[in-house]
Amino acid sequence: MSARRARSRRLAADIGLLTVAAAFAVPLAWVLLSAVDPRADVGVKRPDGFTLDHFDAVLTDEITFTPMLNSLLLCGGGTLLTVVSAALAAYPLSRYSSRLNRPFMLTILFATSLPITAIMVPVYALFVRVDLIDTLQGTIFFFAASQLPFAIWLMKNFMDGVPKELEEAAWTDGASPLQSLIRIVLPLMGPGVAVVTVFSFVLMWGNFFVPFMLLLSPDQMPAAVSINDFFGSKGAIVYGQLAAFSLIYSTPVILLYVLIARRLGGGFALGGAVKG
Amino acid sequence: MALFLAGPIGYCAYIAFTDLQLTGQAHESFVGFENFRTAFGDEDFLNAVWLTLVFTFLSSVLGQNTLGLALAVLMRRASKPVRTVTGAVVVTAWVLPEVVAGFLLYAFFRRDGTLNAVLDVLHLPSQNWLFTLPILAVSFANMWRGTAFSMLVYSAALSEIPREVTEAAEVDGAGGWRRMWHITLPMIRRSIGTNLMLNTLQTLSVFGLIWVMTRGGPGNRSQTLPLFMYEQAFQKSMIGYGTAVALLLLLVGSLFSLLYMRLLRTEV
Repeated sequence: MSARRARSRRLAADIGLLTVAAAFAVPLAWVLLSAVDPRADVGVKRPDGFTLDHFDAVLTDEITFTPMLNSLLLCGGGTLLTVVSAALAAYPLSRYSSRLNRPFMLTILFATSLPITAIMVPVYALFVRVDLIDTLQGTIFFFAASQLPFAIWLMKNFMDGVPKELEEAAWTDGASPLQSLIRIVLPLMGPGVAVVTVFSFVLMWGNFFVPFMLLLSPDQMPAAVSINDFFGSKGAIVYGQLAAFSLIYSTPVILLYVLIARRLGGGFALGGAVKG
Repeated sequence: MALFLAGPIGYCAYIAFTDLQLTGQAHESFVGFENFRTAFGDEDFLNAVWLTLVFTFLSSVLGQNTLGLALAVLMRRASKPVRTVTGAVVVTAWVLPEVVAGFLLYAFFRRDGTLNAVLDVLHLPSQNWLFTLPILAVSFANMWRGTAFSMLVYSAALSEIPREVTEAAEVDGAGGWRRMWHITLPMIRRSIGTNLMLNTLQTLSVFGLIWVMTRGGPGNRSQTLPLFMYEQAFQKSMIGYGTAVALLLLLVGSLFSLLYMRLLRTEV
C-alpha cells in the first residue's frame, strides 16, 4: 500500500517537474531549431528542412571572429587578473589571524552584493576623466575589480580547507610564504581555483552592460555587445543567423559549466559561497 | 579594488550633487540636493521606482524564489532521469549569456512568437505581450533566467535536513503540506533568507535582459531604475542627474546588503 503511494507520489513529482522543464525548454528549443531552419522566424516550429547556411553566414571575421576574440581577450584577461589577485588576497586572510580579517571579510561580502549596474554611470564618468574609456585594458581592470570581492570570498573558503601542516613543513625547509602559496596551497586546492576561474569567466562572458558602456569603437566590441547589432539598428532581423550566432556565443560557457559541474557536483560551489 | 570600486562610489557621491552634463559645459557646478529633489518630483522617476518594485517582487520574490523551492522539493521525490533533465534545462537557462536569454524570450513573447502560438492551440486569447504587459513579460524572463540559482541553493539546503526528522514527522501522521510548513520551511529558513536577499539584489541591477527585450518601452512601461538611469545619463546626457539616481539605487542595494550581512552574522 505504502509502496503504491510512494510510486504515485513519484509520478506526480515527475509530471510536475516535466511540465516546468517543458516550459523552460521552449525558448531553448527556438534557438536550436531556428539555427538550422532555412525559413526561421520568431516562433518555435518544425524546421522546413535542415541547413547550415545561417552558420555559414555568421562565421565571418566581422560578425563572429573579431567579437569572439575580443570577448576572449576581455574575459581571459579579466579572469586571470581576478584569480591572481584573489589568490594573493585570500592567502593572508586564510592563514594569518588578524583583527582586521573579520571587518575585511564583511566589507567584501558587502561589496559582493552591491548592484554593479548602479556604479556604471560614475565609472563611465571616471573613465572619461582618466582616459581609460574605450580601452580593453580599462575594461579588463573594471571587470576584475567588480569580480574580485566574490572571488576572494570563494577563494578564502576553499583555502581554509587546505590543512596548514603541509605548509609548515615547507616553511621549516625555508620556503617563503609566496613560495608555499604557489607550490603547495594552490595545487592542493586545484578544484577550488578551477571553480573561481570558471565562475569569473562565465560571469564576464555573459556580462552585457559593462562593455556596452565602457567600449565605444566597433572593432573592440565583445560578442555580448555585438550581438545587439542583429537587432534594430540593421533593420530587419535575420532570425536564423541570430539564433546561430547565439549558439556559437553561448557554447563556451555551457561547456565550461558542464566541465565544472561534473567535477564538483552542481550545487556544491554555490552552497559554499552562499553559506559564507 | 579600492581604486575601481570605492573610487567610483566616492566620485559618484560627488557628481550626484552637481549638474554635470556630457556636452557643452566647461565646468560643472555644485547644485546641492537639487538632483534628488528633481528625482522625487519626477513622474518618470517615480514610475521607474514603482516598476522596479513590481519587477523585483514578481520575478524575484514570487518567481525565482518560490519556483526554485518548489523545484527543489519536487526533485527529491522525482525519478532520476526526470531530475537530470529538468536540472539540465533550468540550469542552461541560467548559464546562457544575458543578451542571448533576452533574445530567446523576446522571440517567445513576440506577437507572432511561441507563447501566442501555444495559447492559440489551447484556444486562449493571445495578445502582443511585449506591448500590452511589458513588465510582466520581462518579469517572466527574469524568472526564467534566475530560477536555477534558487533551485541549487534550496537543493543544497534540503539535502542537509536529517532524514530522521522528516521520518519521525511522517510516523506521527503529518501530511505533506504540514511537514512542509512545520518542519522543512523552519529548518531551511536561513537559506530562504539568504536566497531572497541575493535574488533581490541581483534583480535590482538587471539591465541587459530588459534592454534587449523592450528597451524599457513601450513608452516607459517597463523602464526600471537601471534603464531610467541609463536614459538620463547617456541618452539625455544628464550625468549628474543619472548619477543621483544611481546613488539612490546603490543606497537601496546597500540597505539590502546590510540586512543580508545581519542575517549571516546571527548565524556565525
